[in-house]
Amino acid sequence: MLNLDSKCPTGDIETRWTRHKFNMKLVNPANRRKHSIIIVGTGLAGASAAASLAELGYHVKSFCYHGSPRRAHSIAAQGGINAAKNYKNDGDSIHRLFYDTVKGGDFRSRESNVHRLAEVSVNIIDQCVAQGVPFAREYGGLLDNRSFGGTQVSRTFYARGQTGQQLLLGAYSSMMRQVGLGQIDLFTRREMMDLVVIDGQARGIITRNVVTGEIERHSADAVLLATGGCSNVYYLSTNAINCNVSAAYRCFKRGAGFANPAFMQIHPTCIPVSGDYQSKLTLMSESLRNDGRVWVPKQPNDRRLATQIPEAERDYFLERRYPSFGNLVPRDVASRNAKMVCDEGRGVGPTKEAVCLDFADAIKRMGQEKIAEKYGNLFEMYQRITGENPYEVPMRIFPAPHYTMGGLWVDYNLMTTIPGLFAIGEANFSDHGANRLGASALMQGLADGYFVVPYTLANYIASTSIKPVSPQVGEFSDCASDVQKRIDKLFAVKGPKPTTDFHRRLGRMMWNDVGMSRTKDGTQKVIGSIGKLRQEFWSELRVPGDAHNANTSLEHAARVADFLEFAEIVALDANARDESCGGHFREEFQTPENEARRDDEKFSHVAVFEYQGENKPVIRNQEELKFEYVKPSQRSYK
Amino acid sequence: MSAQALMTLKLRIWRQKDAQSAGRMEEHELSGISEHMSFLEMLDFLNEKLTREGKIPFNFESDCREGICGSCSLVINGIAHGPGKAKATCQLHMRSFKNGDTICIEPWRAAAFPVIKDLAVDRSAFDRIISAGGYVSVNVGSAPEGNSIPVPKNVADYAFSSATCIGCGACVAACKNASAMLFVSAKVSQFSVLPQGQAERKSRVQNMVAQMEREQFGACTNEAECSAVCPKEIPFENIVRLNREFIRSNFSPSEFE
Ligand SMILES: Cc1cc2nc3c(=O)[nH]c(=O)nc-3n(C[C@H](O)[C@H](O)[C@H](O)COP(=O)(O)OP(=O)(O)OC[C@H]3O[C@@H](n4cnc5c(N)ncnc54)[C@H](O)[C@@H]3O)c2cc1C
Ligand code: FES
Repeated sequence: MLNLDSKCPTGDIETRWTRHKFNMKLVNPANRRKHSIIIVGTGLAGASAAASLAELGYHVKSFCYHGSPRRAHSIAAQGGINAAKNYKNDGDSIHRLFYDTVKGGDFRSRESNVHRLAEVSVNIIDQCVAQGVPFAREYGGLLDNRSFGGTQVSRTFYARGQTGQQLLLGAYSSMMRQVGLGQIDLFTRREMMDLVVIDGQARGIITRNVVTGEIERHSADAVLLATGGCSNVYYLSTNAINCNVSAAYRCFKRGAGFANPAFMQIHPTCIPVSGDYQSKLTLMSESLRNDGRVWVPKQPNDRRLATQIPEAERDYFLERRYPSFGNLVPRDVASRNAKMVCDEGRGVGPTKEAVCLDFADAIKRMGQEKIAEKYGNLFEMYQRITGENPYEVPMRIFPAPHYTMGGLWVDYNLMTTIPGLFAIGEANFSDHGANRLGASALMQGLADGYFVVPYTLANYIASTSIKPVSPQVGEFSDCASDVQKRIDKLFAVKGPKPTTDFHRRLGRMMWNDVGMSRTKDGTQKVIGSIGKLRQEFWSELRVPGDAHNANTSLEHAARVADFLEFAEIVALDANARDESCGGHFREEFQTPENEARRDDEKFSHVAVFEYQGENKPVIRNQEELKFEYVKPSQRSYK
Repeated sequence: MSAQALMTLKLRIWRQKDAQSAGRMEEHELSGISEHMSFLEMLDFLNEKLTREGKIPFNFESDCREGICGSCSLVINGIAHGPGKAKATCQLHMRSFKNGDTICIEPWRAAAFPVIKDLAVDRSAFDRIISAGGYVSVNVGSAPEGNSIPVPKNVADYAFSSATCIGCGACVAACKNASAMLFVSAKVSQFSVLPQGQAERKSRVQNMVAQMEREQFGACTNEAECSAVCPKEIPFENIVRLNREFIRSNFSPSEFE
């Protein structure tokens, strides 16, 4: 049984974080450099944590599998980052951002965490501006905002369609400054292969140098995991092709609880699949829904081109069904509705698995130039991929796997169930419940790294007895030899099929049965199919080359081996959660209007999976959720 | 898709075991290529085929596959990132080629970017240049309220268009001197126009240029090949600004005017 004490402060929610900060222990500045911290991952979460902790004086060791920290997947975030600045004078406040996020997450997140996130959101913007992040500005020179789904205020800060890039380059530059100052040891092209736990504490990692193939040992006083999300369990997703679950999954196998694996976000606006060879899907930022109108033909099987369908024969289904939020409903709602109309045979394009996102009205209203200024790079990206000009014909879009709300379980201090192992950014489960609102992941990653973990980690170090440890001790050797065995085992299969074969098939299974809409039966059956695929993988896989130099085939195979186990846990969770909430839609549980029907009585909890050993069933634990400030209600965006 | 629409290509690809070994071009014929594939999907397709045949696939780098992470880095028919403007290799589609074409694929070539394996190179020299000065020194916690630093819109837009550099290194690969001036100029330009960058304006350019020289990048001789291949179309004028900033800092190297 896992200990799932959330350690959330009690009392007035507005002062919880302030009081908690005061109550936590500090580490004396002179002592900080004696403590080394491993940070795996250099995305927004990892880079911001590395910079902050190094600035405070800790000795940081930073790891990523990329050739440069700046290439982490955060770089690809397009639309923006939320903050409760209320610069628009439209009624925003910390409380409203808190409220929107709890409601947007369909009442499956912790109030204390979300409130803290809303509080520090304002500091994030200040920090990024000071770093020289070139946010969009108004003519008067002040910061501009736009709106994103699931809210009725404009609180999203952005840098054209490249917000993630600019925020990451800000965090990266702060981090590289600390590398230059000798506060951070940077280890690029290292893949974390396992976590080393000694006397119940996380004390180090085993990495593979992906250039030389060497298996290396690194020790520290604490380990921070900032390894991002795992939507690539679906093979095709909007994530970068190297995103994976392995680091988190390895920690799970060493005793860290994994929370809400079934909470996957399917993003409504992506470029539809075009063929079998496809290696990834491209997101079209949600910000497009500010000005683009979503529609399909009223009649099924309409074969006309979009531009030939007259106004009266179009169904602007989001505007029709959700008059107050219109095209800006949250992602889960938008995705599900798109699927519904396509299932009715009203989809558009060659595959009929797409809906129109139409800018004709916006261009009429504001002119092409204004639209180009706002979305130019997205339009270009669309045209490059599809060969169609979205200024002239409506974009075709369809939902695609995008973000994992689930992740390693963490308490209020962002510590996992393994003492000394922290998880931040998309790798943890903390703040988004069953559905994340747009522009909130960047906010959460930077909140965790700049403003939360520097305090909570200090508290851990100051209040825990951490003995010195050498990477030569038995636990490190055992762990390194486990890693070596896993690698040898992959080469030893010597079958005929490349890894991609298995990854693609796993993706299809997951998309069909644990995707946008799920059933008890489907999730049950897919568990069997995943098991069979896993057996086939271990008897028919071929990993070419050897382990003694750069070998991307080996890296991919090791990741897919983990995906093949992890997928089963996703399906188990989807099967066990007999309700619909946020991104988890179980067909059996819907209202007469086809909206998600939660079951607060039975499922107002976080599901936390616990590993028990090879060939033993995993255990599903629960952390009950309490709502004191935002009363759970059926979400309505009507 | 009809069978006729699929292409057959002759690929000549650089093969090199590691930094120490010598490399050579290797030829492969590949058929069944759809015009809708991206260039990297075509290489995935080749690699899968090689794997099935018991051969060794080619090593190349990529991650986001949407032109923003700067991982992909191929010289295609002699052009960094291949034919077409304003795109990274991963944004190139096979519709830019036709049936029967021979395509020559090589890694970035520069002394500062040693080959790791086949088509992948080590670009950590860029990180070391940033580490030398490509930042604003501001510790977490000390930032003033965001709107207390107004930035005129045109200045912010200019800073953005320099900050958009993805650090791919195509500029270096395209330059006959393997100069990194466009890369350095992008960061220097971003900060030299922003109020946040003023305090370290002189030391930044001095330190970044010094590191650039230590990394064995060549000198700029105004060929402007760098801008021509830049996926983000960073303008050549940025190099003019870099030179100006450098001269300015030489006149009075302290941050005082
Ligand atoms: C296309 C796209 C657009 C998005 N747009 C937005 C947006 O507009 N607004 C918003 O709020 N959110 C957006 N998101 C979501 C957001 O970008 C991510 O959730 C967030 O950036 C994740 O940051 P991270 O730091 O947790 O992880 P990442 O940025 O994914 O970084 C992971 C890091 O971990 C390292 N790593 C992973 N595994 C290992 C290992 N085993 N060993 C060593 N290193 C490892 C990687 O090298 C990398 O450095 C978008 C996501 C996508 C896919
Ligand atoms: S793969 Fe990211 S820029 Fe090409």
